[in-house]
Amino acid sequence: MTELTELGVAQIRDGVRGGDFTAAEVADAFNEAVAGATSLNAFITPTPEVAARHAALVDVDRAAGKDLGAMAGVPIGMKDLFATRGVRTTAASHILEGFVPEYESTVSHNLWSAGAGMLGKLNLDQFAMGSSNETSFFGNVVNPWRRNGSDVALTPGGSSGGSSAAVAARLVPAATGTDTGGSIRQPAAFAGICGIKPTYGRCSRWGTVAFASSLDQAGPMARDVRDCAIMLGAMAGFDAKDSTSLDLPVPDWEGTLSADLKGKRVGIPREYRMEGMDPEIEASWEQGKAMLRDAGAEIVDISLPHTKHALPAYYIIAPAEASSNLARYDGVRYGLRELPAGAGLQDMYAATRAAGFGDEVKRRVLIGTYVLSAGFYDAYYTQAQKVRTLIARDFAEAWDQCEIILAPTTPSAAFPLGEKSDVPLAMYLNDVFAVPASLAGLPAMSVPCGLNAQGLPLGLQIIGKELDEQGVLDAGRAIEARAGFTAQPEKWWA
Amino acid sequence: MGDAELDRMVPELNNILDWVEQLGEVDTANVEPMTAVIANALRLRADVVDADPLTGGNMRERVLANAPDAEHGFFAVPKVIE
Repeated sequence: MTELTELGVAQIRDGVRGGDFTAAEVADAFNEAVAGATSLNAFITPTPEVAARHAALVDVDRAAGKDLGAMAGVPIGMKDLFATRGVRTTAASHILEGFVPEYESTVSHNLWSAGAGMLGKLNLDQFAMGSSNETSFFGNVVNPWRRNGSDVALTPGGSSGGSSAAVAARLVPAATGTDTGGSIRQPAAFAGICGIKPTYGRCSRWGTVAFASSLDQAGPMARDVRDCAIMLGAMAGFDAKDSTSLDLPVPDWEGTLSADLKGKRVGIPREYRMEGMDPEIEASWEQGKAMLRDAGAEIVDISLPHTKHALPAYYIIAPAEASSNLARYDGVRYGLRELPAGAGLQDMYAATRAAGFGDEVKRRVLIGTYVLSAGFYDAYYTQAQKVRTLIARDFAEAWDQCEIILAPTTPSAAFPLGEKSDVPLAMYLNDVFAVPASLAGLPAMSVPCGLNAQGLPLGLQIIGKELDEQGVLDAGRAIEARAGFTAQPEKWWA
Repeated sequence: MGDAELDRMVPELNNILDWVEQLGEVDTANVEPMTAVIANALRLRADVVDADPLTGGNMRERVLANAPDAEHGFFAVPKVIE
């Protein structure tokens, strides 16, 4: 039954509904694929028994003639940042290595209610802080893609690198991701798959391990745009337990998906054309413009003047929020406790954090506490929040001229593991195209548009107005239909 | 952090702080700092005990289930007052 792993979300849902195969058969096929790909290190905790249990429930419901949910029979990978009741949830950290939640995150709860099943908990950068998956306490994920004729191990991107690798390697038909400053879009681009970050507030943050709460948003990662639309519909929705959750109905994104862009204007932000830009990235951007023009859209030149300052503003705001959020890991209520002989309470806090947090987490906590400290608060944090206002204003003004923005997702294709991990700042620059939309809370997606000369996938990014996920998905569909991206990594893993 | 860890991290942190200094060049006169990225009215929870059964009370065992040390129904910590 290995061919079942070639199917995506819509095909599995329809096949289970139509009785072509059972949910149990689908779960078995993907469980086998997961077990046969340990060298990718995409999973921290595989849960074949949970997938089998979820599938059995769907098969029983179908036999009883009950209505099946939007994701019925579709087994997925769950980024290990979502609390799952009874299944350990680590955030890829040592400090939460033994944490088994007593509650279920709203996003995962919504997915199980829609009939999805869980194949396991996916690897990520520690606390979602990283762009290459190398900050995980459980070791980095390896990208299933390789350069032509090379066996150099490449990064799957980050922080949702287990998600991107698992989808690309056909270990899961789809996976959850979270995006704080590009953590869905960048790994999706590096692995030749689709991923969408919805408008801030569409998906509840309740039960998701917090990194930077004003930026964190969950979203789906899957092989095509339709599958993303289906899964986002199952994840989103109002939740009273998240004070920033949007109390709005969830549109039928799949039902109204349309690749016809007649009457739409697509903005090309001139500030995204950076000096020394990779010519292949620039060429893919040109191709994207031609595809959207072919779909009926008009291409217009726009300006987002504060683009250059988005990344430094992000690297003040995100660490500031992280330093506040991560103060909860103190060795008292859950997680690791380090208690040296004779230690008092303060010593215990310090020893627990020293042992429990990785280097990148420590860097961000230190930067965050520094920029929030009394003497520097205005110069760093307040200034960054003012710049954030200007970045959001740039977008608001751009919407007078266009409905959608097209840009590259990343400055390069996937890079070798170890290439940037010694220089934190070089790693940060990888998020340069992704961060502005995050700071403005806007929906944005990455869609694969082709392979570069080395045989690696490249992604194009579509940014939309707030709450206009439909416009983003439609433009993504228009690119997908024209790019005809069907390439898959050749299987080398086991 | 130990000395070796600090020797490695201090230059990295200085690099990051030097780089974010460029924000100072942005003219932010008369610009309000962002407080909410998507306009949204904050709600108040219903003033009812256990309004949400998931986050309400009466679940001491579950609250303590992941505690590194729990005694007599409480979180236990090293002695704070001599």
